[in-house]
Amino acid sequence: MTSVGVRVARGAALAAGALPLVLMGWRTWTGAYEPDPIAALADESGEWALRLLLATLAMRPLRRLMGWRWPLAVRRRLGLWAFVHASLHLGVYLGLDQYGIWAEIPRDIAERPFVAVGLAAWLLLVPLAVTSTRGWMRRLGRRWQALHRLVYLVAALGLLHQWWIVAPKADLTRPLAYLAIFVLLMALRLPSPARAGRGPGRLPERAG
Amino acid sequence: MLIRVRPGWALRESEVTDEGLWRARRRFLSVAAGLAAAPALARAASEATMTAPLPDVRPDPAPPPGERPNTWEQITRYNNFYEFGTGKRDPARYAGRLRTRPWTVVVEGECERPGEIGIEDILRGFPLEERIYRLRCVEGWSMVIPWVGFPLRRLLERFRPTSAARYVAFETLHDPERMPGQHRRILDWPYREGLRMDEAVHPLTILAVGLHGRVLPNQNGAPLRLVVPWKYGFKSIKSIVRIRLVRERPPTTWSQAAPHEYGFYANVNPDVPHPRWSQRYERRIGELRRRPTLPFNGYAEAVAHLYAGMDLRRFF
Repeated sequence: MTSVGVRVARGAALAAGALPLVLMGWRTWTGAYEPDPIAALADESGEWALRLLLATLAMRPLRRLMGWRWPLAVRRRLGLWAFVHASLHLGVYLGLDQYGIWAEIPRDIAERPFVAVGLAAWLLLVPLAVTSTRGWMRRLGRRWQALHRLVYLVAALGLLHQWWIVAPKADLTRPLAYLAIFVLLMALRLPSPARAGRGPGRLPERAG
Repeated sequence: MLIRVRPGWALRESEVTDEGLWRARRRFLSVAAGLAAAPALARAASEATMTAPLPDVRPDPAPPPGERPNTWEQITRYNNFYEFGTGKRDPARYAGRLRTRPWTVVVEGECERPGEIGIEDILRGFPLEERIYRLRCVEGWSMVIPWVGFPLRRLLERFRPTSAARYVAFETLHDPERMPGQHRRILDWPYREGLRMDEAVHPLTILAVGLHGRVLPNQNGAPLRLVVPWKYGFKSIKSIVRIRLVRERPPTTWSQAAPHEYGFYANVNPDVPHPRWSQRYERRIGELRRRPTLPFNGYAEAVAHLYAGMDLRRFF
């Protein structure tokens, strides 16, 4: 029986993943991204990928701190949405930003370390997205968890990717905010003496 | 009660496509096709934001061949002007707070007649001409802008620079009330730029007071800005209030903020990559396919000799 909390959370996860896509489509359509829609689309899709990735990472601490069941029920969905946005971001870069100068892409990647870092982050997300189904969870068993710890590395690379393109040319408020959230989410994962005995984080985590 | 008899050929009001919708669709199609926004449409949409026309502007005697100027809309809605925020659209949104009258420019330092000059005297005192220039931003995008202005050299001559004046230093207005972006210390305000004297008196170097035949909009650096077409856009300092003739190379804002990324010279150079990105290609705003970036932004013939014998990788 699916609880109300889980059902609401699934709706929220769908909204969090799909509404930005609708918004980006709408803004492109209405010309709100003019006169440089390519740069605007690349920026927004990349930023949504990061936000959704951080949301994914927030689910386990939420479960631990609040004892709710729903965070782990939507974690994989959020992760998949992050992958969708990251893929859109990469697609905009490959298909629009580099349109017509595709032969230059390898050199671009080699010359611009932040491109390489972003690409690495996306490549590492691919196996996670592929193995996000129940079937793969079953097949991989304990190894599934180990594999999906890659998400920490992906988030770190994603943040570095953003930091590298922004700093120091512009305003660092948002990259710093994302970094702070990431550090907080990592800190919440550290075992604390208060939690050591209870360990609710070890409860079944496969729901959803 | 009015009863309207509708002839058979007449369309119902409800069948008329909503104007917002078809405009949106037109814009979308123009993007999709990778075309510059349909000029007529852009003109209609931007008339509301247009400034007053400037009288007596001499047309550009040598417009760059094969270059079509970007639209008013494109030039005035996509700006880097951190004094009004770091987003490309922030300047158009917030520059309305800038009052450009009265406005005086102080000219001082190594010259015989230091003093100041009001913007009205500038507009009256120098014959205005159109200069259609390419603008290449260090970020990798470019535009073609029909500036209205006059050679910087003409203004400097009035103040009689002495032989000790080897560089020219410029400063933007510093007034957080009128430039809200200055409330945040993103850069070390006021914005400062500089040129070597030979660059400053080069005939391509102008002070602009308008574009597209109209008064310069605030977001583009009103009332008076520098335009140095062979250098990256950040050299072309906006809303100038102070010009100093100096002996030593003056500190400049971006090269202070990130010395290994932005140099004093900042000549457009496809062979010197920015540490974080290549400079070999640029995207002309309104086009999809990137185009190769030209040495000195295509003005090499006119300016390359200024840098003869210099290692442009070192003096980037």
